[in-house]
Amino acid sequence: MTTSTAPRSRWRASAAAGPWLGPALALILAVVIFPAAYMVWVSTREISGFGVDRGGAGLENYRRLLRFEAIGQVLTNTVVWVVGVVLLTVFISLGLAQFLDKAFPGRQLVRLAVIVPWAASVVMTSTVFVYGLDPFYGIINRFLVDLHVLSEPYGFTQRPVSAFLVSMGIAVFVSLPFTTYTLLAGLQAIPGDVLEAAQVDGAGPAAAYRRVVLPMLRPALAVATIINIINVFNSLPILRTVTGSLPGYDADTTTTLTFKFIQADRQIGTASALSVVNFVLVLTVIAVYLRVVRPMRED
Amino acid sequence: MTTTTAAPVPERVSARARRRAAQPGRRQSRNPWLLSAAGAVVALVFLAPYLVMLVGSFKSRPEILGVPPTYVPREWHPANYLSMWSTPETPLPYNLVSTLVISFCATALVLLAALPAAFYTARYRFPGRLAFLLLVLMTQMLQPTVLAAGLFREFVVVGIDDTWAAMILVNAAFNLSFAVWIMHSFFAGVPLEIEEAAVLDGASRLQTLRRITLPLVWPGIVTAIIFTFVACWNEFAASLVILTTDANQPLSVALTKFVGQYDSAWQYVFGVSVVAIVPVVVLFALIEKRLVAGLTAGGVK
Repeated sequence: MTTSTAPRSRWRASAAAGPWLGPALALILAVVIFPAAYMVWVSTREISGFGVDRGGAGLENYRRLLRFEAIGQVLTNTVVWVVGVVLLTVFISLGLAQFLDKAFPGRQLVRLAVIVPWAASVVMTSTVFVYGLDPFYGIINRFLVDLHVLSEPYGFTQRPVSAFLVSMGIAVFVSLPFTTYTLLAGLQAIPGDVLEAAQVDGAGPAAAYRRVVLPMLRPALAVATIINIINVFNSLPILRTVTGSLPGYDADTTTTLTFKFIQADRQIGTASALSVVNFVLVLTVIAVYLRVVRPMRED
Repeated sequence: MTTTTAAPVPERVSARARRRAAQPGRRQSRNPWLLSAAGAVVALVFLAPYLVMLVGSFKSRPEILGVPPTYVPREWHPANYLSMWSTPETPLPYNLVSTLVISFCATALVLLAALPAAFYTARYRFPGRLAFLLLVLMTQMLQPTVLAAGLFREFVVVGIDDTWAAMILVNAAFNLSFAVWIMHSFFAGVPLEIEEAAVLDGASRLQTLRRITLPLVWPGIVTAIIFTFVACWNEFAASLVILTTDANQPLSVALTKFVGQYDSAWQYVFGVSVVAIVPVVVLFALIEKRLVAGLTAGGVK
């Protein structure tokens, strides 16, 4: 519209926006940009357990990270955690969204039930599972024994591997609502006559789904997958609640390890170094998101 | 288009087309009640953990730690909802106040920062507009978890670690994007012609805002408020490292102290959880239809 304006009036147009965007910008600068940059700097400092800056450490914090005895295990866990949870979540959500897209009496109530784990605190949801899976008083254990799935109660949360798998299950459970809703929005954006045309052309339900629905669902699928990758990668409360009291690092991801460094070991320097690595990974995912989805397009 | 002559349409086809047009509800199922039954199972799966919570909150301490566990309480103890506030693990009344204060203040701050930004970016084009919106979008993808080490150190140096103020700032900053995006899309959806017509009819700018614009964008503002409030209410990771004094911590952090003990007071954990979950579920249900729009920033239409 105003492409031929002089530089000065362009500058004036930006300046006029200042008061309107100022509060938001100040907040982002102080609480997102600054701590991110500051974290990079702290990762090159030697910080004592009491928080005293003892001077530059070069890349020593990063080297300490590489020397950390459980780093291989933690990285493997992180990959299993993110890939496993996101794949399962998206796969189940595809079916669930398809189901909720059908018209049946009571559908609105089912949709509201699906939303509950999304609204509820993840910590609180996780505590029920910790209680329910207790080998003595756990109600899920009793239920599984009553169904003859188990012959006797099992201490799911007392061993790292089973506790990690349980945590993955909870992570899928709490990720389903957002994913299902996003895919449902995508399904509802598919015009009915497109599907009808496919049927008229002789496509069976399976072929129509694979050739028509899935391709048209791609934007929603991309958004749901990428936002899930970021959420699942950053997830702390589930593993913290379910596996937090287990000794060692067998059930840790890079995110929970960062918090162990900050809290239990008071190693802010090492924690910052690990956070910087996490940060770079998240930025990479965001870059992919912006390229694939192009959310800024205006039409 | 106009050159094609209207060929005589066979009667049969047009009848089918008319029938098709009459039932726009695609994917009509043959037996909707069978689907309802499946729907009930799905709903039960999603509600099950919370039903366990609800039932557990009425059990006595010996019963909830009893072996084998009971599905339905032998005795119902509604008094748990009173006694749970005084338990040695953590000062729960203070934790509730922390959650309330942080959530309300952070939501107010989000509104204060996001409303003008959403309005201005929807109405005016200016150099830097897209850069600003991109920056906002990036804050949604970044979560306090990945910046916790930096935030913790920053607040220690500034001297506001272990304060509500710090958590209000963190919650506000990381929920800004949802609020900006959803309100932006509502402001962008108001046709300028309507506002101009009101001005022509002699309405003042304030009247136009109050009578025309605000009612149209109101659902967006409500969605932003509710979503932000619920997100702040449930925040965990940043509170865990920044708030170190028991009484300053929100409920989400306080409740983790019960887990891992030999004989946890589960009935209290569940009672507090029920009190904390029911209001936010109701709030979320109110904005259910508009949740996806703000989170995916127009990525899904």
